[in-house]
Formats: sequence, structure tokens, C-alpha cells
Amino acid sequence: MRASLVALAFAAAAAMAQGGDAELDKRATALEHELRCLVCQNQTIAESNAPLAVDLRQQIREQMAKGASDQDVIDYMVARYGDFVLYRPPFKATTVALWVGPFVLLALGALLAWRRVARRRAPQVELSAAERERAHKLLQ
Amino acid sequence: MSRVWVVGVFAALVVLLAVGLTLNPREVPSPLIGKPAPAFELPLLEAPEKRFAQRDMLGEVWILNVWASWCPPCLIEHPVITALAKDGLAPVIGLNYKDERQNALPWLKRNGNPYRLVAQDLDGRIGIDYGVYGVPETYVIDRQGIIRYKHIGPLTPEAAQKRVTPLLRELKRAG
Repeated sequence: MRASLVALAFAAAAAMAQGGDAELDKRATALEHELRCLVCQNQTIAESNAPLAVDLRQQIREQMAKGASDQDVIDYMVARYGDFVLYRPPFKATTVALWVGPFVLLALGALLAWRRVARRRAPQVELSAAERERAHKLLQ
Repeated sequence: MSRVWVVGVFAALVVLLAVGLTLNPREVPSPLIGKPAPAFELPLLEAPEKRFAQRDMLGEVWILNVWASWCPPCLIEHPVITALAKDGLAPVIGLNYKDERQNALPWLKRNGNPYRLVAQDLDGRIGIDYGVYGVPETYVIDRQGIIRYKHIGPLTPEAAQKRVTPLLRELKRAG
């Protein structure tokens, strides 16, 4: 809550500094929520108050003011800090396990559960007439 | 049969988590390894009227050490950097990161100055180009100006001995 207030305050200040370019501000804020702060790794640079996050927010706004697209800014960040800076990691060879792993585990779990249930149901043996007679007697 | 499975899966989980615990999440592999050191030209800390550019070091194997007087881990690593500089394998260039001259100069006086020279990155802009996010950071750059190694956080004696020194020797041999 406090972080979002601070982010809001910052966004307002930045918007004023740039002559109230609301469109640019909206784009920058959206992008800042997609980028990881490397100092406090569980926060985006929109949420973090680490000095580096402040610097990077300023960088993003400056670049956008100069006409950089969202992808340009993302490329700029990845070139310096690697894919780790992206809150949504890209799908590529090194991240296949990350994206596919949970589904593989889910399928594996489903398979195991299904086998277990199937095994429990298994002993439904047909009784011969004589056996049925015997069971009937035992039950009486 | 199923007990073997459960024990097996549990053991695999234990191994996975144990390995995970020994990893340092702060050590993010740098995309800059193998790439040219980002260009910069900055004023010198000791003589602001003079400037230093990373291209001045082309043809030399060198160490770039990012530090600041406000950074306690930098003080911890300082003896390691000093020892590396004394070894004389490669010159150490300092990048004084988001610091004040009136703080940085006395810091060097107090703790010794192992740097051939110190460039001043006042606004941290060059730090961003080098992907700096936790001072201190240390880079090894080869004769062609390619970044060959990056250490995040204080350089430990182990890392200096096992990684940096052998790499410097190798790069100097390679020519």
C-alpha cells in the first residue's frame, strides 16, 4: 500500500517534471511493473525505493521521452541485467523447465493418482456358483 | 514398491532444496560476459579536469572495481583488492559509484589507494551500463576490451585466488 502510494507520488512528480505527459507516464508505469528491482528482488522497480530503482525509473522515462518503444526499453534492461530483470521470464531453451515443469509434475501426479485408484478398484473377481454359495453361508 | 517411490521422491526433493539453499540469489549471471565493456568517459576522482575512457585500456588486461565510500562491504573487500593490485598482474581501475569527492578522497587516504586511477560515476549512469546493482562489483577486462569475468559483492580472497588470478594469468598469456 505504502509502496504504491510512493510510486503514485513519484509518477505524479515525474509527470509534472515532463510537462504532464500523461500518456508517457502511463506507459512508463506499466513497464515499471514488468521489471524486477535487482536490489530487492521480490519487488518491481515500480514498487521499490532502492536508489537503483529510482535511477532506473528515471532512465525509462528519459528514454521514452526520447521516443523509445516499450521493447527498446526492455532490450536496454535485458542487455544490462539479463532475463532475470523480467518479471515474466521469456520462453526459451534455458527456461523450458520453468514453464513446462509444473505441467509435467501435474501430469505425473495425475498419473500416479489414477494408477493408485485403479489398483484399489482391481479386486473385483467373478465368483463361481460354489464360491457364491459358500460366501452366502458364511454371511448368514 | 510404493514406499520406495515415496522415499525416492522425498530424497530427490531434499537434494533439490539443499542445492537451492547453497545458491546465492544475488548472484545473477551477467549478460555482459563475453561482450565489449560499455563505453564511458568520466572525470578522474583525484583530478576532475582529466578524463578516463575505457578505451584507454585497450591492449591491457585490467580490473575494474566499482566502489563507494558509503558502502561497508567495499571496506571489507578493500584488502583483497589491495592485494590483487600488489600482485601486479593487472592494473586496478576504480569506478567511484554515486559518491561524493569529499567522502571518497579521505576514504582512500584512510584505507590506502590500490587504484592506478579512479573514475567518478557521480549519477551512477555508467554503473547502469555495466549492470551494477550491488556495490562492490569487480570486472576483469581483456586486451580487446571484452568483459571476461564479473564478481558481484565483495571480492573474497577465495574468488581472487581461484578465479581472478588464474584468469589474469591466462589472459596475459593469450596476448
